[in-house]
Amino acid sequence: MSKNKKRSKRFYDYSLLFAIVFLTIFGLVMIYSASSYKAQLTYKGNGAYFMTRQGVIALGGFVIMLIVSKMDYHWYARFSGLAIVISWVLMIAVSLVGREVNGKKRWLGVGAASFQPTELVKITVIVAMAALITRIGKDVDRTAGMARAVFITIPLAGIVAANNLSSGIIIAGIGFVMMFVASRKKLIYAGCVALAGLTVAFAGPIGNFFMQLGLIKPYQMNRINVWLDPEAYPTTGGYQVLQGLYAIGSGGLFGKGLGESIQKLGFVPEAQNDMIFSIICEELGLFGAVSVILIFVFMIYRFMLIASNAPDLFGALIVVGVMAHIAIQVILNIAVVTNTIPNTGITLPFISYGGTSVLFLMIEMGMVLSVSNQIKLEK
Amino acid sequence: MNRNQSYHRGRIAVVCLLSCLLMLGLTGRLFFLMVFRSRHYSQMAEDLHQRERTIKAARGQILDRNGTVIATNRTVCTISVIHNQITDRDRVAQVLSEALGLSEEDVRKKVEKYSAREIVAVNVDKELGDKIRSYRLDGVKVDEDYKRYYPYGSLASKVLGFTGGDNQGIIGLEVMYESWLKGTNGLILTQADAAGVEIENAFEDRVEPSPGADLTISLDVNIQTYAQQAALKVMEEKGAKRVSVIVMNPRNGELLAMVNVPEFDLNSPFALNVEPEEGSAASKQDLLNQMWRNPSINDTYEPGSTFKVITAAAGLEAGVVNMEDTFSCPGFRIVEDRKIRCHKAGGHGSETFLQGAMNSCNPVFIDVGQRLGADRFYEYFARFGLLGKTGIDLPGEASTIMHKKENIGLVELATVSFGQSFQITPLQLITTASSIINGGNRVTPHFGIQAVSADKTSVHRFSYPVKEGIVSEETSSAMRYILEKVVSEGSGKKAYLPGYHIGGKTATSEKLPRSLKKYISSFMGFAPAENPQVIALITIDEPVGVYYGGTIAAPVIADLFENILPYLGIEAEEEETVSAFRFYG
Repeated sequence: MSKNKKRSKRFYDYSLLFAIVFLTIFGLVMIYSASSYKAQLTYKGNGAYFMTRQGVIALGGFVIMLIVSKMDYHWYARFSGLAIVISWVLMIAVSLVGREVNGKKRWLGVGAASFQPTELVKITVIVAMAALITRIGKDVDRTAGMARAVFITIPLAGIVAANNLSSGIIIAGIGFVMMFVASRKKLIYAGCVALAGLTVAFAGPIGNFFMQLGLIKPYQMNRINVWLDPEAYPTTGGYQVLQGLYAIGSGGLFGKGLGESIQKLGFVPEAQNDMIFSIICEELGLFGAVSVILIFVFMIYRFMLIASNAPDLFGALIVVGVMAHIAIQVILNIAVVTNTIPNTGITLPFISYGGTSVLFLMIEMGMVLSVSNQIKLEK
Repeated sequence: MNRNQSYHRGRIAVVCLLSCLLMLGLTGRLFFLMVFRSRHYSQMAEDLHQRERTIKAARGQILDRNGTVIATNRTVCTISVIHNQITDRDRVAQVLSEALGLSEEDVRKKVEKYSAREIVAVNVDKELGDKIRSYRLDGVKVDEDYKRYYPYGSLASKVLGFTGGDNQGIIGLEVMYESWLKGTNGLILTQADAAGVEIENAFEDRVEPSPGADLTISLDVNIQTYAQQAALKVMEEKGAKRVSVIVMNPRNGELLAMVNVPEFDLNSPFALNVEPEEGSAASKQDLLNQMWRNPSINDTYEPGSTFKVITAAAGLEAGVVNMEDTFSCPGFRIVEDRKIRCHKAGGHGSETFLQGAMNSCNPVFIDVGQRLGADRFYEYFARFGLLGKTGIDLPGEASTIMHKKENIGLVELATVSFGQSFQITPLQLITTASSIINGGNRVTPHFGIQAVSADKTSVHRFSYPVKEGIVSEETSSAMRYILEKVVSEGSGKKAYLPGYHIGGKTATSEKLPRSLKKYISSFMGFAPAENPQVIALITIDEPVGVYYGGTIAAPVIADLFENILPYLGIEAEEEETVSAFRFYG
């Protein structure tokens, strides 16, 4: 048996690896295009500042990813408890002594090095939930089991949401999708999805109702109003959304050409960050934008294949968690940029500028690749 | 239970499918935004990015009747330094101060100053600008621009007017014909970033400027120059405040000259032409406004005896008087309770109407006025066009200041008859006189003749209204005869010119208040008397010493006519044939 096991070929998803490499490099090109104007102004003519920084971290992350991908994913499941503790410590620390950027405490750091603990929380939730669900087995459909899952996910999502609503939503979403995959129940999950859909569809009236009750603050209601009609609020809150729409609209079918965006010249705020997709639209047009979406679809398809063929439920759930993370973040980011949902700060995975984000994404990819590497090919 | 079961796979597929569906939905949203809303958002973005820079259009030239250019454009340069681009400050400061004749210290200050753009010198000649450009100094910018230039300096300054910083007319013909002269500015449309900095190599839209039309005016530079010299001479001789001369073609209203000395330099219109009086409270702007005034049309005065032309024409036209009617002048006339004196203390005694006109006898014209009566006099006043403005193509024409019809009593009627107690502009007087002697056609005095587009393809001739038949041809020729007599034998004989038949009328108006004993001496003359082709009016404001119009104003017109009549092709006749015309009319 052991001889046979050794001989059996192991799968390694090179298609996914290629998609990761392509997206990361494409992201670096777009970061350079979107940020060189701002970088030249801010960093004394060094237009490649953001790109270089991102490139170095991505390269380091890539090496870590390759290492992780060769590890047995069962090994780090043992640390899920520790990871939860560390996540809590860091989240509490960031709430107390975090660096405030734009009025939000999201950064924890010493000197030049700083990172966003929320990214760690995402990966923690993925591993911890996978471990929990595997451990409780059929209890996943019982109240006690669900309560345990909720107990891991929701408080963490809550503390994240306090300073970063969108990341909180993503964390809750990851937990929700993982539970859904493991569960045999339908109604409760369908009900949750339907409720979320209705909330988005009737955000205006619902927001007004909550506003009357005093449940949401005026600035939050303002975001909903901006979302409903951005052109009515060109200076009060609608600026970012509107500038993004200008960029998207001026792209047309084939765009202005790489590097030819004008909206990136100080008009679109956070052009290399949350709003980078609008610059992609302006420079590469509908054609480029759809190509980017297709690469993400391909990635999700590969996740599905790996998850379906994973040797055990634990591996499958890790991949499902990562898939949920990527899918939710891509969908929310594009939805925000196209003003399909109210504005909230979400980055586009692999493409938006952000060191912590790309580092942890690489670790997640390493985890997925390591699951893929455990798939035994027949014959 | 760590098995990956088939229902897990099903659910994984559901998650994947849902994700793909959501992405498909977003793709649809993108398709909507980037295809159907593309034009809308592109337009809004372009409006946001676009910056306009104007290219100045060249202003049309002004030409005199012979095609001599009297207002044109000169290319001038603005020299400025851009602090950030300067590499060699010492050399820039040294070269600029040498070339522009400025102190090196001042230039250095501007070079050292940390600003986006510091202007070192404006209105620098193109040659000098080219020379500075040829040094190729980093950070030194030489920008070309048009500046209005008047080759004749102060000639007809108050008529031509000048332009302001944006090349727009400020006074005179420059403002009146603004729409013809100014042309249409061109545009450079560029793209700018959020800070408003132009994007290099960005697509540029360019709309070429179209230059303004050239304006030909009826002024004759030679006549204007000669009239100006004559006016300056008499102003100096008589220590007068101002002297104005208007020369006009009485048949069509074309103005050949309009002199108002002291003139000012059109190339530096903001420099005062006289030293401000000591202790004067008037601000510089008031003084400038005063300097820019055209007294021929902006100011009114009591015309005095020259107005007797109008009273006589009205009397003749109405038939209340004829050439042979006799009057008697005891040196005064009592009207109601007022004793109105003639200028000759002893009186002119018995005289015919013709003699009365030649003597400029006040009682004769008082009588003519009384015979007409207030209503009829007022009627003629209106019919001759004296109540309104002349309609000249210059801005700011003053209106006639006249009694209300119902307020004209016998005394007022008497004073109006010899040109007092109301005010008109010199231009109004000469225009009305022209209309009386030209056969009865009220003409519109004007300068503008035609506007020719810069590419010479379109010519617009200006037309002016003429009101025919304000007096009959008989009255007109009688007036020409009377006025010729005034010059040949009467009070205007100092305007007599051998070989020419000159008609004219003198006047000496007392300025208000009368107690100041200040006068305006004037003379209005025309030639040839039997067929007037040119009419001129001189007004000398506040002459010192002898102030009689017949003595000081008439010779100036004689001198002017002596020079301009041959120039206008009106030759002197042999002395012997003159008498043949004496009985004309």
